[in-house]
Amino acid sequence: MVSTPENKNYKVIGTRPIRHDGYDKVTGRAQYGADIKLPGMLTGAVARSPYAHAKIKSIDTSEAEKMDGVFAVMTAKDLPRLGDVVRGNSEESGSEKHLSENVMAFDKVLYKGHVVAAVAAKDQNTAFEAVKKIKVDYEVLKPVIDVDQAMAKDASILHEDYSGDHLGKKVKNTNIAAHVRHENGDIDNGFEKSDLVVEKEVDMQTVHQGYLEPHSGTAVWDEEDRVKVWTSTQGSFAVRDSVSKVLDLDVSRVKVTPMEIGGGFGGKIPIYLEPISAVLSKKTRRPVKTLMSRTDVFDATGPGPGGKVKVKIGIDSEGKILAAYADIRLEAGAYPEAFIEAAAKCVFSCYDVPSMKIDAYDVVVNKPSSAPYRAPASPQVAFATETVVDEICNIKGYDPIDFRLKNVAEKGTRTALGPKYRTIGLKECLEAAKDSDHWKSNLDSNPKPGKKRGRGIASGYWFNIGFKSSVNLSLNPDGKVALIEGSTDIGGSRASIAMQAAEVLGIPAEDVRPSVVDTDSIGITDVTGGSRTTYATGYAAYNAAHKLIEQIIEKSALKWDINKDQIEYSDGVVKSKADSELKMTLKEIADDPPGGPIVSSASVDLEEAGGGFAVHIADLEIDEETGKTDIVNYTAIQDVGKAIHPSYVEGQMQGGAAQGIGWALNEEYFMSDDGIMLNSSYLDYRMPTSLDLPMINTIMVEVPSEEHPYGVRGVGEPPIVPPVPAIGNAINNALGLRLLSTPMKPSRITEALKRKK
Amino acid sequence: MIKIFLPYKIRENLDVPTEIEAYGSNLRNLIDHIEDMYPGVKEYLVDEGKLRPGMSAVIDGKTTRLGLIHKLDNVAEIHFLPSIAGGSK
Amino acid sequence: MAENKVKKVAVNTTINGEEMDILVDPYVSLLETLREVVGITGTKEGCNDGNCGACTVNLDGRIVDSCLVLGVEVEGKNIETVEGMANPDGLHPLQQAFLEEAALQCGICTPGFLVSAKALLDNEPDPSEERIRHWLAGNLCRCTGYDKIVKAVTKASKESK
Repeated sequence: MVSTPENKNYKVIGTRPIRHDGYDKVTGRAQYGADIKLPGMLTGAVARSPYAHAKIKSIDTSEAEKMDGVFAVMTAKDLPRLGDVVRGNSEESGSEKHLSENVMAFDKVLYKGHVVAAVAAKDQNTAFEAVKKIKVDYEVLKPVIDVDQAMAKDASILHEDYSGDHLGKKVKNTNIAAHVRHENGDIDNGFEKSDLVVEKEVDMQTVHQGYLEPHSGTAVWDEEDRVKVWTSTQGSFAVRDSVSKVLDLDVSRVKVTPMEIGGGFGGKIPIYLEPISAVLSKKTRRPVKTLMSRTDVFDATGPGPGGKVKVKIGIDSEGKILAAYADIRLEAGAYPEAFIEAAAKCVFSCYDVPSMKIDAYDVVVNKPSSAPYRAPASPQVAFATETVVDEICNIKGYDPIDFRLKNVAEKGTRTALGPKYRTIGLKECLEAAKDSDHWKSNLDSNPKPGKKRGRGIASGYWFNIGFKSSVNLSLNPDGKVALIEGSTDIGGSRASIAMQAAEVLGIPAEDVRPSVVDTDSIGITDVTGGSRTTYATGYAAYNAAHKLIEQIIEKSALKWDINKDQIEYSDGVVKSKADSELKMTLKEIADDPPGGPIVSSASVDLEEAGGGFAVHIADLEIDEETGKTDIVNYTAIQDVGKAIHPSYVEGQMQGGAAQGIGWALNEEYFMSDDGIMLNSSYLDYRMPTSLDLPMINTIMVEVPSEEHPYGVRGVGEPPIVPPVPAIGNAINNALGLRLLSTPMKPSRITEALKRKK
Repeated sequence: MIKIFLPYKIRENLDVPTEIEAYGSNLRNLIDHIEDMYPGVKEYLVDEGKLRPGMSAVIDGKTTRLGLIHKLDNVAEIHFLPSIAGGSK
Repeated sequence: MAENKVKKVAVNTTINGEEMDILVDPYVSLLETLREVVGITGTKEGCNDGNCGACTVNLDGRIVDSCLVLGVEVEGKNIETVEGMANPDGLHPLQQAFLEEAALQCGICTPGFLVSAKALLDNEPDPSEERIRHWLAGNLCRCTGYDKIVKAVTKASKESK
């Protein structure tokens, strides 16, 4: 591992070539999950629970089986029963039993939309009609739909056989799957010495990642018990791993071919339909494709956790933070794991906090099992912390940027969980914010009558995981390079990975042709998520490119019959150090290289990269009568390490900001008391449209990370963290009132204004 | 000697100070040394000869991918922490 | 069984300039007809209830959500999908602009946006930012925040002159 990034005069890095998969995507040629067609393919469809919490007493599939055009029907009895084995120490952690039961319920349904059975039929209409004929006898139970209900004394318990881990003690009969604590220093002393202590509790409703492409799963189960899967996923190897576990097959019997993916944001890491299509294929000996409808996606796929976060911060008379406390309660949905350790890591991440204590609770509720959503749990805790910081600044009259600079987390600062930060760029982001046109501009003090304007600022953080990636390169006879990798591409990563190899080789980005391949064709590569892809797969490409150069030099040595120490390579040309006339282009060395074709491969398993910090500034205009909030100016500032392809880095900043804005102003799961999501459509789950947003200004700050040769930091996740508090702070600035619940929708604003009067 | 920080639940349940000191040429030896001083800690950290699933070791700010074989050269601090699945369940 | 079976309907229609005769179940949407019967999958399903625009096609000069149109309704009509935008001479200026401006990340909404934006530029060659945003408000994008999409449409409008 290098400790400092390389020279700064890059030839490819920092340019904006057209992405390699771009032509297929603008012409409609690119094949996404639902586009696949295989000869003889049948259509799968699933039966889902109408209840949020119920015991399954019996399932009668006989009528469905008799239907003309129905080829197979399955229930959870067709899946192997798995134990409570905890899977692995990497991206896949959790219980195998829960994994399987989330795919198809065995004896209990835990959310409305929970799959209970499936059919394979000759076409979609027949499949849907067959599903209607499946009769399920339920014993309906009382659901719990938020952390308060789930943690209450006589709460209905979701998992009777499960023991929660409460600070190391096993506790039965609880919906609190885990209670963890982190503690450094003495906060009681810190609060006692504080000149001012501010405490706020925020309450956030569940939100969905909202990717435009619904889930799909296509499978073929052959006569040798080998299963081929085609799916849109953020992790082909994660799918292979999960599918093989659910079906109790050796991992090598499952081959996953990733289709192009229409958005993920973390939500396409879990599996849903793949094992179902596989079992239906086993029963029919035909390929089976199963799709989700948009309603299914909302009802039954993993949303981002709602919950409650309380933060308390104490400062001294100089404005220095002395102590901080957080109580974090997040909804895991039907099965445990609500990213509470990530929450603990992020809650005070922007600050140098000498003493702190964090209690975090992972709470199961009768909602779909939550999935990662872009910086999981960080937006939730940032809402609380940045609201408290803003309140402190308002009370004391501190400039919000100066206060943050005074308490800034930087290299060597102890993080909330203990380890010291390595090189990070929060300070540079705050300084860039202070220096920005937006911050320096005046907020229009004379808006139209009935409208109020306000400005808010907030900071946020996400760490970047490393983990495993593999890359293969081969030099073609025309001197161009084929790059094989396994990171499914949700935002242009195959281009940024190819660009890193091109930079090493000193050739244009267009001359490195990347392909994203199936799990049999490349070494293990962990998910496209956790902001790891450009970092880790890029690093593997970097290493593979260096190895390719070694190969080129070795074979040139053979060809020229000189010692390889006498040879150097740069910018597509290999030459003798002694004789300047003795040289070859890549095309020339690729033409019949001695000893075999020129190929290389590299794999990495990286420690986490330096994290990313973001600071966002939002100017709002609020209509006092209707509560409608318009964003009139928005700037996203972020430490991006090194922007490999700046257009796609800007894209991440803008996309994350847009999701955060939707989260702040409109998005929520509107739940009935029975645990049914009443707004399970794009009409009523209101995501921002082009009319709801202004141009989103981006300021990329580059503080190279120590962990990558080009200083790459993950950029995908930090931008969703600041928007909610930035907007909450702007609303407070405009109206003098603090909204502590998301979404900060028009009705909440008008109600709060009424109360204020 | 290396400064070692153990997670809250180990410290609470085994009455271990917030910060302790231990040594080892690799993570395995280091944990054995900690076990000598505070019996019961190893059980939390190690399972079947590997770092327990769900537990990670952060060595001078970087989470090791090598587990117990990670060689400890010139290391100032190690934090044992629950692993953070930033990606999935 | 056989007497309850609904018969398929013969439909003659022109898709991307190619006249064709197809057999369509009367209850099937134009979206499903394009993807399953005609076999062109560039038009995408995002929600199937007219709220996201991923399935936008141009029907006799008017953009529609093809999930809200029945396959049997297009008898005698002209349909343009994303597959008809480029020609042997090259990409449509909008497609080129989307690539240059990085106006796509995952790309699933891109066909819908391209068809919608083309309809705008065909009728209004020099739209303002506000007009573009208004016109495209029926197409959802979750990845980009729309910034680069709007810039790409503006760029294409300048290039088309």
